[in-house]
Amino acid sequence: MSILVIAEHDNSSLKQATLNVVAAAKAIGGDIDVLVAGENCGAVAEAAAKAEGVNKVLVADNAAYGHFLGENLGELVAEVGKGYSHILAAAGTTGKDFMPRVAALLDVAQVSDIIRVESEDTFVRPIYAGNAIATVKASDSIKVITVRPTGFDPVAAEGGSAAVEQLDVVKDAGISAFVSEQKAESDRPDLASAGVVISGGRGMQNGDNFKMLEQVADLLGAAVGASRAAVDAGFVPNDMQVGQTGKIVAPQLYVAVGISGAIQHLAGMSDSKVIVAINKDEEAPIFQVADYGLVADLFEAVPQLEEELKKVL
Amino acid sequence: MKVLVAVKRVIDYNVKVRVKPDNTGVDLANVKMAMNPFCEIAVEEAVRLKEKGVASEIVVVSIGPKAAQEQIRTALALGADRGIHVETDEEVQSLEAAKLLKSVVEKEEPKLVILGKQSIDSDNNQTGQMLAALTGMAQGTFASEVVVDGEKVNVTREVDGGLMTVSLNLPAVVTTDLRLNEPRYASLPNIMKAKKKPLESVSPADLGVDVAPRLSTLKVEAPAARQAGVKVADVAELVDKLKNEAKVI
Repeated sequence: MSILVIAEHDNSSLKQATLNVVAAAKAIGGDIDVLVAGENCGAVAEAAAKAEGVNKVLVADNAAYGHFLGENLGELVAEVGKGYSHILAAAGTTGKDFMPRVAALLDVAQVSDIIRVESEDTFVRPIYAGNAIATVKASDSIKVITVRPTGFDPVAAEGGSAAVEQLDVVKDAGISAFVSEQKAESDRPDLASAGVVISGGRGMQNGDNFKMLEQVADLLGAAVGASRAAVDAGFVPNDMQVGQTGKIVAPQLYVAVGISGAIQHLAGMSDSKVIVAINKDEEAPIFQVADYGLVADLFEAVPQLEEELKKVL
Repeated sequence: MKVLVAVKRVIDYNVKVRVKPDNTGVDLANVKMAMNPFCEIAVEEAVRLKEKGVASEIVVVSIGPKAAQEQIRTALALGADRGIHVETDEEVQSLEAAKLLKSVVEKEEPKLVILGKQSIDSDNNQTGQMLAALTGMAQGTFASEVVVDGEKVNVTREVDGGLMTVSLNLPAVVTTDLRLNEPRYASLPNIMKAKKKPLESVSPADLGVDVAPRLSTLKVEAPAARQAGVKVADVAELVDKLKNEAKVI
């Protein structure tokens, strides 16, 4: 078996998710090659060559790949990947964008967002936003797979010494172009990858009260989220929503404030390592999944939490 | 310009998902079904394009059992003009769905195809991209803004850590993310009117597509249940536990 891992990067540095995907490839077994597609991405290729367990690094360095457009990456990866038994990429927004194109061009099914490898053709993945866990078997000759990075411990970033090979394959579909990008301006981490998330629900009463959560978030280096109830009530924008119809998060610490714990919210956060719930209703379902529950009025508890954290941090 | 919207019938997002005791799947018997939330956003975007005078006709297509016509009627009540039902009782996976939609695209020749980024049952996030690849179209996935400008469409995409805007040649495929819009509710008069709008039914065989699945589901299990933890007396105890017991701060 031979496995092609598509590196996730920003043309200057290799994203850690790539190391998680290499770990998934190791679990499948076989030679692991890494494809670095980008523009002026030599440093990324060097970093990938040092990763544990990598056999060879293939570099496709061209302006066509500079912004990771799915149309161009799809054609490139389908061309390079057709000689492999497995093609793997991280299930971030880049991998989710181009990998289904690869699968369609190769006329094979894709297995999305795997969290475990059972064998070379059998994989475990969450469905229904994690409310059920499916074991699926792929019958196609090439397995196209996206990997949920949190499902696999990363391989070591250092220690390998893979050969680096330049590819002379330019695939420019010519039907799409990059216009602009806007990085999230907040100093807070991205909701989906934050180590700590503090979320507010309908109990927050209005959008202004979310400032209380932001102050606590800044102490903890946390992202701020919300339940669908808080979004539907117009307190905060939709991109803050954690839940089945919002973002799926799995931080080390999740603090739910004034959130009752509707099913659709629990589906988005119940894989968190430690869950804290602050709610004045002791019957709230959120307490059934919380490691630490505090039955209290959030308007008293959250300012106290801020003060207590200042003492210990 | 003509806009094609694909919608999927799925379990209602408010329903608690229960795994069948024999681990063959999720229990859908007597469960409330609805239009996939991301597909609702796709329909809404098409209707807004029509209200702005950009779209001239909205065709809505759904693949699934007879009952999927309910979701097509919902889309018609929201403002779509006519429906196409690809009727099958088989499980249709993403690649086969994309092939069916490709066949519909070749017949209808829409300038824009809008789909939800994923369905909340299988969570695959594949069909739109696969359709785009099979038809050679550009794709704007996870869209939070769609602006049609002559023979191009600018799509702002929700990507990890921010937003990215791309310019796509038309025809193109757009898949919707949460921020694109807030779907409206259908009014009773529009629900009544939708019953009279045209709805054509075809089979996968009519479209020349073999829908036999490539992936087989060996088992479906409930996730490991979380145990309820402890109640703490006050904030000081909470912070102490987080620091010294859970060691997460």
